[in-house]
Amino acid sequence: MPVPKRRTSKARRDKRRSHHAWKGVALSICPQCLEPKLPHHVCPHCGSYKGKEIVEVEEG
Amino acid sequence: MRHLKAYRKLNRTSSHRSLMLRNLVTSLFEHERVETTLMKAKEARRIAERMITLGKRGTLHARRQAASVLMKKSVVKKLFDEIAPKYEKRNGGYTRILRVGYRKGDGAPLAFLELVEEEIAVKKKKKKKETKKATAKSAPKKEKAAPEKKKEEAKEGPSEETVETKEEAKEEVQKEPSEKSEVEDSAPENAEPEETKPEE
Ligand SMILES: [Zn+2]
Repeated sequence: MPVPKRRTSKARRDKRRSHHAWKGVALSICPQCLEPKLPHHVCPHCGSYKGKEIVEVEEG
Repeated sequence: MRHLKAYRKLNRTSSHRSLMLRNLVTSLFEHERVETTLMKAKEARRIAERMITLGKRGTLHARRQAASVLMKKSVVKKLFDEIAPKYEKRNGGYTRILRVGYRKGDGAPLAFLELVEEEIAVKKKKKKKETKKATAKSAPKKEKAAPEKKKEEAKEGPSEETVETKEEAKEEVQKEPSEKSEVEDSAPENAEPEETKPEE
């Protein structure tokens, strides 16, 4: 059975993990109120989706 | 293999699931919009669309079939007399799912399931042709589109997502041949016409 010849060094392991950092939530900007919002979601700030469509009343 | 895995079980027994979805669809027709989890909405949509198709058929048999699913007689009446006639010209896609975030307690994705309200757009074919033309002679188009794009970006703030800029570019390509002067006047959010299909 094939088996690793060398133990992975800390440096090698850490270099591999250098790309694993969480890059944050991908947000888009609401065209209505310019607030950041989740893409493909109704804007929680102004309640609009796809421009005109106002779907929920904003809570004060 | 994902053979025979067409539907979601929603962690329920068959009878439990069926009753829940029937209730949900009945509520949808009663209130025109319901808020549930995204997965329930996607399953309920199937049944709701089928019910509207029965409503459009309008026969006594169809009415009885609908009555065997919907939980209230009054809702069957509403479906056949009020809701179905509205969709005379629409071939499917009577409902829309809008994601509205995540539930606080368990993080479940929530969505609105609602009946589509708008009139069906007649211009659809025309629009497609125009976009084809626009892409055909794309070389000069790009130069024209570029400065306008910059203007819109300036309006909306400096940090634009790549997705949105793409969408804007699409809008501009669609509009380009006819209403060049109006682009700058009208706000960008009103530009996208309503007939685009809801993404679900
Ligand atoms: Zn907004």
